[in-house]
Amino acid sequence: MKTAETTVARAHPALVALQRIKHRSVAVPKGPALVLVVLVVVGTLLSPYFATWSNVLTMLTSASVIGIISVGMTFVIISAGIDLSVGALVALVAVVATMDSVQQGGWALMIAVALATGLGAGLVNGLLVAYGHLVPFIATLAMLASARGVAELISGGTPQTSLDETFNQIGSAKPFGIPLPVWVFAAVVVVGWFLLNRTTFGRRTFALGGNREATRLAGIKIRKHILILYTLSGLTAAIASVLLTARLTSGSNAVGTLYELDAIAAVIIGGTLLAGGRGTIAGSVLGVLIFTVITNIFVLKNLETDVQNIAKGVIIAGAVLLQRRRQNAPERAQGHHNEQRNDGYDNFSRTNGWAVSDKAGDARRVGGPRCGRVGVGVHQ
Amino acid sequence: MTTLLSVRGAVKQFAGVRALDSVDLDVIAGEVHCLLGQNGAGKSTLIKVLAGAHEPDSGELLLDGRPVRIPDPRAALDLGIVTIYQELDVVPGLRVYENVFLGHELARAGWEQRRRMRAATTDALVRLGHPEIAPDAELGDLSPAGQQVVCMARALLREARLVVMDEPSAALASHEVANLFRVIGELTAAGIAVIYITHRLAEIRQIGDRVTVLKDGRTVSHGLDINATSDETLVRLMTGRDVANTFPPRRVVAENAPELLRVERLNRAGSFADVSFSIRAGEIVGLAGLVGSGRSEILGSIYGAIHPDSGEVTLDGQPLRPGDPAMAVRRGLGLAPEERKSQALLLDQAVYRNLSLASLERFATAGVMNRRREMTEAVAKIQSLGVRPTEPRQSIRQLSGGNQQKVVVGRWLVRECRVLLLDEPTRGVDVGARADLYALIRQLADTGVGILLVSSEIPEVLGLADRVLIVRQGRVIAECAADETDEEQVLSLLMKGSAL
Repeated sequence: MKTAETTVARAHPALVALQRIKHRSVAVPKGPALVLVVLVVVGTLLSPYFATWSNVLTMLTSASVIGIISVGMTFVIISAGIDLSVGALVALVAVVATMDSVQQGGWALMIAVALATGLGAGLVNGLLVAYGHLVPFIATLAMLASARGVAELISGGTPQTSLDETFNQIGSAKPFGIPLPVWVFAAVVVVGWFLLNRTTFGRRTFALGGNREATRLAGIKIRKHILILYTLSGLTAAIASVLLTARLTSGSNAVGTLYELDAIAAVIIGGTLLAGGRGTIAGSVLGVLIFTVITNIFVLKNLETDVQNIAKGVIIAGAVLLQRRRQNAPERAQGHHNEQRNDGYDNFSRTNGWAVSDKAGDARRVGGPRCGRVGVGVHQ
Repeated sequence: MTTLLSVRGAVKQFAGVRALDSVDLDVIAGEVHCLLGQNGAGKSTLIKVLAGAHEPDSGELLLDGRPVRIPDPRAALDLGIVTIYQELDVVPGLRVYENVFLGHELARAGWEQRRRMRAATTDALVRLGHPEIAPDAELGDLSPAGQQVVCMARALLREARLVVMDEPSAALASHEVANLFRVIGELTAAGIAVIYITHRLAEIRQIGDRVTVLKDGRTVSHGLDINATSDETLVRLMTGRDVANTFPPRRVVAENAPELLRVERLNRAGSFADVSFSIRAGEIVGLAGLVGSGRSEILGSIYGAIHPDSGEVTLDGQPLRPGDPAMAVRRGLGLAPEERKSQALLLDQAVYRNLSLASLERFATAGVMNRRREMTEAVAKIQSLGVRPTEPRQSIRQLSGGNQQKVVVGRWLVRECRVLLLDEPTRGVDVGARADLYALIRQLADTGVGILLVSSEIPEVLGLADRVLIVRQGRVIAECAADETDEEQVLSLLMKGSAL
């Protein structure tokens, strides 16, 4: 089989490879796609209303907020980072954009201030991670706490009504019969997909998550790159917040709670490795849609939210277990050590890879499920 | 002379590939049995079978003549088979004795018996000739050689009957290798059998009793008496061909060749001091030194991977900013680092992505990648480097060490770098791929690239370089033309005043 392939590759190597690339990059992760199809079938069977156009639009609209956040989160997670602050940033942006002084400037100022707030907070995250050498988990956890604190300080803990009709239109307008938030969601997805798969920025993001030290030694400015990644995540949180605030016609420090977990879960279900180096935008979109459909089915059937949460948890665990099995199979088959399994941990823990490139460091890095480890072999 | 362990006709298949295809092996108690073979010959799979990491699809394992099964690592340990991997499986944050007893701590009613564990550890270390290692030392503070000794102490205390060592000398300096051999002598004197894997023929001569040669998953020859077998025979068995002179011929570097790289009084506390030299276009400069002599740190400081304390590096007369690899790359430097997997490769990504990593902007317009151009270039480089398999979309993890290394060097060819720093370019690379790499490095120099080569293998430095710098304890102590010196002279310079 191998030889046959090689012969073909010799005949038209560039062509064959190109075709493969094209073939691969439009492909949608099969696992999550299958889960979504099953859920859609179940929904259609359970409720006659499920498959109606208006319900589909409702679902897409409610998916758009988390969906947009997930696009930024996909980048961060592929780079082997994490952004826990996005939910809090949604609240901060909502509150800042609906301050009296900002509202007086009209809808344009509200949007500008909202985006600037998200970018600024994301920039701070990026500075802490890239230049402060804080672990992403800690840096963004700190942002999570303080952003919500600032939001509460500004709003005094009470929702601020948005009085600007044009601004509120963002949540309710329906150009060409489709709600504006859905259009924005689609645009963010397309831009994100392009950025990730067609630009040097995307390629560097994959490289960074795959092997931080190798990326640094290849001459890529990884600190600048990390800075941009978190700023980008702050921006998507801000866009999501504008849509949410316009729809609710108010900004409150209580919105966006646990959005970070929904977004991370969607990204992981979509097949992106939490350890970094691998992932797709399409997968994350599917992950968000899976959650939306589950919620929708439960709402249509008037079921309790506790059952709904249990179902979500089961789907998260199930989807990731399925991916694990698929990924492990080919690696085991090659009989190679799984050297880089713990990359994520590795990337979190090391700020200057050169210093730990000794043998001891290797041994620690290899600590994953490599076979036949003396002493701790029982965990095989 | 009783046979301790026999492998009979072991077959192991992975997704249609026969990693082991009828392997036979007999190990006698108290002997050092060397396992020889190129990368991909099946050595790793075989030792994983013995360690219980893989179960063979067919074939027999006999211990003391009785058939046994080794379904998991625990079973291997219970049978007295201990494997010491190349990348030591130790916990750097734990103490020495805790590592030695990891997984079988001595305890009474749930309470650890630390005193007994410490005493037993000390006993074992003394038996191995290393009383200076304190059982309470933190393992991460020991040198790689020290950590290896701890692994062997662990084997002793497990009452091992067979110790399998995968390239134990790869990370050791020569005097440490001598210690390693003494320790192995202690093991065999106690009746323990050792399976020893290495790429270095000289070591096999020094320590081995018998040798088994694997090729393409088959035993081509087993239980050969080492003293009755010549190096040529072994190489022929391994490669299936005769390898004569693998080093390509030198060309005289023109007197007026421009100076590319200049290193001026470079210092880094604890690593090296007062290092000055220069490289001209088309010249290969070898840096010979023992592990720990500071040679890798010198390379890293030139490149900006680590920060020197003082001194200056200039390229084309313009200084490079210390600690800034991005600038070094932009100005035309390239580095193939020592730790291929952790410092150079995107293991889970395709070959073509590994090739283009340092040159992304070359294939992009305003940040948008032109993938056709990138792929065309990758295909061309794969062909000219002789990377196998030739599929650019293949994940690089699936390539052999030699082919991975070709890709690492190829990355800098794509970049068209002007000075290439090579740190142990042939570590873990089999004989055939080595010759390819030597030819490639010489070819590069012939096109005017300046090359700085670090290697632990003196013949490699002498065979490849035009000029050799001898580094000892962080200082350049001598410089000579490679064809005016020999291995013994270099070795004596390197070792003078060292522990041996």
